[in-house]
Amino acid sequence: MALKGNLRDFSLHQLLNLINLAHKTGALTVKPEKAANSSNGHSAPAALFFREGRLIHAFYEGKPARLTDVLVQVGRLTPEQAQAVRQRSRIDTDKELGLLLIHNGFLSQNDIIQGVRGYLLETVYHLFTWSAGDFRFEPNELPPEERITVPLSLENVILEGNRRQQEWERLLDEIPDLDVSLRFAERPSHIRNISLTREEWQVISFINARNTIRQIGEYLMLDEFQIRRVTHGLKQNGLIELMQSPRAEPAIPKAPLPGVKLSRGVLLRIIDGIRRR
Amino acid sequence: MEYVAVRCAAKDCKAMQTVKMVVTGPFAAGKTEFIGSISEIAVVRTERKISDETRAVKAQTTVAMDFGRITIDQDLVLYLFGTPGQRRFDFMWEILSEGMLGFVVMVDAVRPETFREARSILDTFRKYSETPFVVAANKQDHPDAWSPEDMKIALGLDDGIKVLPCIASQKESVKYVLLELLYSILERVQD
Ligand SMILES: Nc1nc2c(ncn2[C@@H]2O[C@H](COP(=O)(O)OP(=O)(O)OP(=O)(O)O)[C@@H](O)[C@H]2O)c(=O)[nH]1
Ligand SMILES: [Mg+2]
Repeated sequence: MALKGNLRDFSLHQLLNLINLAHKTGALTVKPEKAANSSNGHSAPAALFFREGRLIHAFYEGKPARLTDVLVQVGRLTPEQAQAVRQRSRIDTDKELGLLLIHNGFLSQNDIIQGVRGYLLETVYHLFTWSAGDFRFEPNELPPEERITVPLSLENVILEGNRRQQEWERLLDEIPDLDVSLRFAERPSHIRNISLTREEWQVISFINARNTIRQIGEYLMLDEFQIRRVTHGLKQNGLIELMQSPRAEPAIPKAPLPGVKLSRGVLLRIIDGIRRR
Repeated sequence: MEYVAVRCAAKDCKAMQTVKMVVTGPFAAGKTEFIGSISEIAVVRTERKISDETRAVKAQTTVAMDFGRITIDQDLVLYLFGTPGQRRFDFMWEILSEGMLGFVVMVDAVRPETFREARSILDTFRKYSETPFVVAANKQDHPDAWSPEDMKIALGLDDGIKVLPCIASQKESVKYVLLELLYSILERVQD
């Protein structure tokens, strides 16, 4: 018999605990509710597959989850490499794709396993940020045969998932609105000995009254969880502040990337401004 | 949270524009000093104590970056970004150089042993971007400072490249270097 319900009443944490303790085999599909905040903007239902209480496969509905797609998503393969491999193989099984990847020297077997693992974890962690949505567990349903499976024990997944869920809730509290821009703190003089991550650097280099947090995130291909986390970190360090009034209409609809095409007029203003200092 | 729709008359609804310039150069060349002399906000110095072999030169180094701000007018702000001096932070250079208007290569005119490094940093930045740049022959107040002319030869730079005398601790000197860079940028702009 299928297990059905809503995450509001029975959380993903509880579901995974059940699957883990009862060593269940089957497929769990979750359909996020429209209003539910999703940290990566995915509103498509997701499917997770388990064998004897271990997570073995995952995908979002409508999103291809062939091995090559998965490896591109986790950054282990470039889209060009993926296409080259796919063109050479008429049969579309993951096993065959994997062998081609190894034989062409693109990746080792270990790279592939780590890549699939990373993808599985990212997918399941994202589901922890869905606060509401119908779910259904269909016993004994397994992923399509041609897909690769990597078994992951659920215990650590549950622990880390919970941590992320709490962090996500805190981040939503701290930064409820992504459609505001950022500015450098007026008095950052107390800052000492902070070291910034590469992502923090990237965000800093896009700080500009016209760029909203959302636009910066989209440009840098960070999901809502990641851009909130980076922004929050910078805010905690006292480096940046959120601009208070959100814009009803952004002056420029798409993220204006820092451009170097300045008009003569603007340059003359800068020159004049510096002369006057 | 409540939202107030911000609708403003076209006249006073100009978006703020920010532009950036990068200040780079070898360890202890004077990048932080340079930005500090002209910035209106305290320069964010993310400095920390350094290892023994470099301690002889100075006690602190910039581990992340410096940034300073110059407000030009109501809707135009110039940011100065200083790169960290140590090469293990190279990965940030490309990010910092994205969208820059131009860059200044600071070179310590008192320490010729850093010239080779300065040249290599300069070449790296030129690869990132074709924007104009100038070289600042810093610490000209020091009795042992090399002259800009000699440094140009030592650095193997073409005649067309500006190597400017600089004393990073003096605001007028910093203004002069920035203005020379801006003039070079202006030359390339055809309206
Ligand atoms: N005499 C003299 N000393 C200077 C000048 N500019 C900088 N200094 C000194 O040179 C040392 C290095 O200057 P910084 O501004 O810290 O150099 P930096 O390039 O930021 O160094 P890193 O961030 O470690 O790469 C400091 O002790 C400054 O006070 C100058 O024009 N003249
Ligand atoms: Mg410094």
